[in-house]
Amino acid sequence: MAGRGVEAPAAAVSTDFTHALKDSALAGLIAFGLFLPLIGFHAVQDIRNELVLETRWPLLFAFVILAMAGRLFGSLVVTPWRERRAARPRAVAAARPGATLARLFAPAATGFVIVYPLLVLWLAGLGGAVKWVDNFGIQILIYVMLGFGLNIVVGLAGLLDLGYVAFYAVGAYSYALLSQTFGLSFFMLLPLAGILAAFWGIMLGFPVLRLRGDYLAIVTLAFGEIMRLVLINWVPVTNGYAGISGVPRPTFFGIPFNATDEGFAAVFGLEFSPIYRTIFLYYIILALALLTAFVTIRLRRLPVGRAWEALREDEIACRSLGINTTSTKLTAFSIGAGFGGFAGAFFAARQGFISPESFTFMESATILAIVVLGGMGSQLGVAIAAIAMIGGTEALRELDVLKEVFGNGFDPTQYRMLVFGFAMVLIMVVRPRGLISTRQASVHLAERKAIAGTLVKEGRG
Amino acid sequence: MEVFVQQLINGVTLGSIYGLIAIGYTMVFGIIGMVNFAHGDVFMVSAFIALITFLLVTTWLGISSVVAALLIVLVVAMVLTSLVNWTIERLAYRPLRGSFRLAPLISAIGMSIFLMNFVQVAQGPRNKSIPPLLQGDFVLMSHEGYQVTLSYRQLLIWGVTAAMLAVFWYVVSRTSLGRAQRACEQDQKMAALLGVDVDRTISITFVIGAALAAVAGTMYLMYYGVVNFADGFTPGVKAFTAAVLGGIGSLPGAVIGGLLIGLIETMWSAYFSIDYKDVAAFSILAITLIFLPQGLLGRPDVEKV
Repeated sequence: MAGRGVEAPAAAVSTDFTHALKDSALAGLIAFGLFLPLIGFHAVQDIRNELVLETRWPLLFAFVILAMAGRLFGSLVVTPWRERRAARPRAVAAARPGATLARLFAPAATGFVIVYPLLVLWLAGLGGAVKWVDNFGIQILIYVMLGFGLNIVVGLAGLLDLGYVAFYAVGAYSYALLSQTFGLSFFMLLPLAGILAAFWGIMLGFPVLRLRGDYLAIVTLAFGEIMRLVLINWVPVTNGYAGISGVPRPTFFGIPFNATDEGFAAVFGLEFSPIYRTIFLYYIILALALLTAFVTIRLRRLPVGRAWEALREDEIACRSLGINTTSTKLTAFSIGAGFGGFAGAFFAARQGFISPESFTFMESATILAIVVLGGMGSQLGVAIAAIAMIGGTEALRELDVLKEVFGNGFDPTQYRMLVFGFAMVLIMVVRPRGLISTRQASVHLAERKAIAGTLVKEGRG
Repeated sequence: MEVFVQQLINGVTLGSIYGLIAIGYTMVFGIIGMVNFAHGDVFMVSAFIALITFLLVTTWLGISSVVAALLIVLVVAMVLTSLVNWTIERLAYRPLRGSFRLAPLISAIGMSIFLMNFVQVAQGPRNKSIPPLLQGDFVLMSHEGYQVTLSYRQLLIWGVTAAMLAVFWYVVSRTSLGRAQRACEQDQKMAALLGVDVDRTISITFVIGAALAAVAGTMYLMYYGVVNFADGFTPGVKAFTAAVLGGIGSLPGAVIGGLLIGLIETMWSAYFSIDYKDVAAFSILAITLIFLPQGLLGRPDVEKV
């Protein structure tokens, strides 16, 4: 197989090359047309507050060259490689050599995240550790937890939920309002917030779960937006745009984290530092995320979990086999919503302040991107995707080199959603089963059958 | 009464814009059964292209005639937006034919996020405003100091929308291109067997949808005089609501749905609460999908195994 390219006559190679060059020139022309208005020109406000145009020819030129080079690379390298690979007979899937390593990876990773705050404390000291535990630990774990929750809905049951953030908001506002009004503690309200969110999941899910997949996605999007608009406009309860501030922070089983004599540091005879609260919060969200993962793993083995996966693969077959699709979907939707509610309550307790700004569609999209990137249905994939995407942008923010290159106003979070969107498209085109991990049904026939490529693409292989 | 007439005028104007966007949704859904989630953002991109072309034409080329400037802007926006949507279809949707059920929708969501953030990064997050064009209006009714007016801009929007719909209707119902399109909508395999180039027809569908969205984008920019990178989301969802309300897949349905959504939105703002106008539109979407999924003019969905 390796000699195919060499054996081809020289004339064919040269026409291939001119063809590729032509293609590349065409791609350059299209790229020029595409990027001319938005990259070639920049509409900025001048001193009189009027819009004027600035030109950015070098940038436009760079984009065009990039498109041409990409196209050339595609037709000269990628396409022949693909053809060679397609021509090669598929090896029958044997036991993968990395299987044991993969089995050990999850417990090792869990062990690492458990000792992570202590490790950071040891390395960075009391003062420096807050940033590492908060920005890199808690922030990522919130998204891991949300990703696990949405994974039940999208990854296991195959219901595309674009309004997941609505349940996150229900949890956050439930905790904020109930704790301020009734003075209940975090650990009492945490389950309550989850139950309320799950209840909302049932209420919203019941009428819409009969709908076909893409309609369901749009309706959940509408619900998410309605929820946000109500939060903005129902000022007497939610305080509108201004949000709710002074949300009570969780205490260490009744001992608050403050500098007073009853505070955590004083009671345990330690020097006061905000790090203790941060570490405590870290372990709460870690416990919640692990709980979600554990429940999901167990649920997958139960009849309901298997029904979810069957539903994802083929709804009509499920109905023919007598599975009640509405109630099966409803359980997935409400359990996912419940975990979203837990995460929301934690978010409110951690921030101490919530406003509708935190619950926009972009938040739903971020969580969805994490689930899609991780490989729908895979727990480990979701966790790695969250670390790469959320932690990655946080890490970029730390790099001073980038500030020197791109100027002082460089903010990697600005590019985060750009990369997310692009990655979602790329994954769907290149590896629809996820970049990091492939989902696998919990039960499948032991004997692998050779089936058509289209069926494998649809997820039936 | 006066308020009602004024809101009727405003509603029809807004509805025209929604209707033009809704056609893009309904055509794509009709032909490949996919919700083109990025269409609202294509509309926003077209408004930005129109903005930049407008600045180019007025400040660099020094064309002072508003009508000539608008005509150039309209044509440039239509051509470039079509190119954008054609490229999107080629890169993000075409490779997904035959992939699993939700793949095209997820890809479209990714594309929507990408476009929105691309414009934000390329042009900045602030509102972009242009000086008001075509000021002046006709006073239609006057009662105790309340004037019902029809502005030149609104009249222009009505005129352009009507003209575009006429051209579009002609293309779809009278040309071989439109015939190929309707054939693909009914049965792609059969159409391919009879010599219709299915891929090309689908590409052209995206191009037509984008051209109409560009008309809407140009009109939107002219009407409101301001555009923002996030402006594609809400009009996009509302236009999708219009398409669903009219019966997705049905072209007259999209226009009627657009007008209805425009009217409902303006009437709701006038008589109920302006804060909840988007809630009203989103609720209509949910209610229609739950209780009347085939819409006003659509065919009921037949499930095939």
